[in-house]
Amino acid sequence: MEFTERPAGKAVVLAPAGRIDMSTSEQFRDRVLALLDTSTKAQQAVVLDFSGVDYISSAGLRVLMLAAKQARTSGGTVVVAALQPVVLEIFQISRFDKVVTCHPGVSEALAAVGAAG
Amino acid sequence: MDNMQVRFWGTRGSIPAALTAQMLRDKLVHALVAAAGHNIDTAEKARAFTDTLPFPISHTFGGNSSCVELQADGAARVLLDMGSGARPAGLDALRQLAGKPGEFHIFMSHLHWDHIMGFPFFTPAYIPGHSIRIYGCHAELEHAFRRQQAPPSFPVDFSKMGARIEFVQLEPGRYYEIAGYRVMAKPQAHGGDSYGYRFERGGKTVVYSTDSEHKLEDYAETDSFIEFFRTADLVIFDAMYSLADAISVKEDWGHSSNVVGVELCQLAQAKHLVLFHHEPAYDDATIERVWRETQRLEEITRGEHPVQVTAAYDGLQIAL
Repeated sequence: MEFTERPAGKAVVLAPAGRIDMSTSEQFRDRVLALLDTSTKAQQAVVLDFSGVDYISSAGLRVLMLAAKQARTSGGTVVVAALQPVVLEIFQISRFDKVVTCHPGVSEALAAVGAAG
Repeated sequence: MDNMQVRFWGTRGSIPAALTAQMLRDKLVHALVAAAGHNIDTAEKARAFTDTLPFPISHTFGGNSSCVELQADGAARVLLDMGSGARPAGLDALRQLAGKPGEFHIFMSHLHWDHIMGFPFFTPAYIPGHSIRIYGCHAELEHAFRRQQAPPSFPVDFSKMGARIEFVQLEPGRYYEIAGYRVMAKPQAHGGDSYGYRFERGGKTVVYSTDSEHKLEDYAETDSFIEFFRTADLVIFDAMYSLADAISVKEDWGHSSNVVGVELCQLAQAKHLVLFHHEPAYDDATIERVWRETQRLEEITRGEHPVQVTAAYDGLQIAL
């Protein structure tokens, strides 16, 4: 699974690409949780740019649950942005749109976490 | 017919949930408003009109707890679990038997109340001449059935039942030839353990997998369920919660979700997923919404093998 990462003010934008399923979810978990840990310590939010994700399975969604829990307990912030229509539907059907905050685009996400501009 | 028939007598999870008078009244109001302007003056026209109404208006998913029947020509009568749906299942069997002695083979997923509570109301058990064999993998199988009819919980002791009742301990992971089916039990994650069953007969396969939580991080367990469901014609699946609830606030409650049901059936190339063990707090409209969403999920994530998705309801019959 490919990732790109870039700083954006008081946030870090992590963009995974491809499918997040049983075969890639461990890699996704390790990358997201590690980034959330370092970002929280640096008082930076994590924005997951999902524009390159074309499928997410239950195993991938579980990683977002773990990230949301970790953020809650450590005082960090993790949000998701720019979901493709199919992935947005998967979030809605699984009720994960109620677990993590979803924004229509990365700029909206950065504005919401106070990292815009 | 040598083909299998699957009949759902009880589809509700955890506890029976009856339709209330208010719920029925709301359905009638919807139906009458929809009927305005139609010329419905015969029962035949009314039935035809009813077929055009949305499912939660024209039907109810029903409220009995788990009981499913397998039927096939040349095979003995098989029941899966003895939830409150066992009461109408027993009465229907007696009607079909018309006074002849019956042979019943009952497979138990586990021994929680909602899965055994129908047995004291399973009329064939009281009638001499009928033979009932109860299969399961729990060591306390017989004890659980006897205990629920012991004082002060029930007025008729188990020992007063007139049918010949036997308990048969099964070993999970091993195929048996029982009642005309090749059957194997599989351990599942649930408080006190539960067991799924895979039934094969005449080239058809039905998997009954209720009260089963799936740990998404345990890939070996996921692989074992893919194998258990492999190319099944029908998978009856515990879809009690949303995925978000099943792995957060209701983690370790022993149940699964529609999302995991779709994924496992897709990976196993199963043909038909039946959502089962409905949350008792859900009304008909909510279950129907979950059903439509699950169909949509299957559609947008479909690979080479489509999976038909149905929400079970009391009275549903599926021919394989």
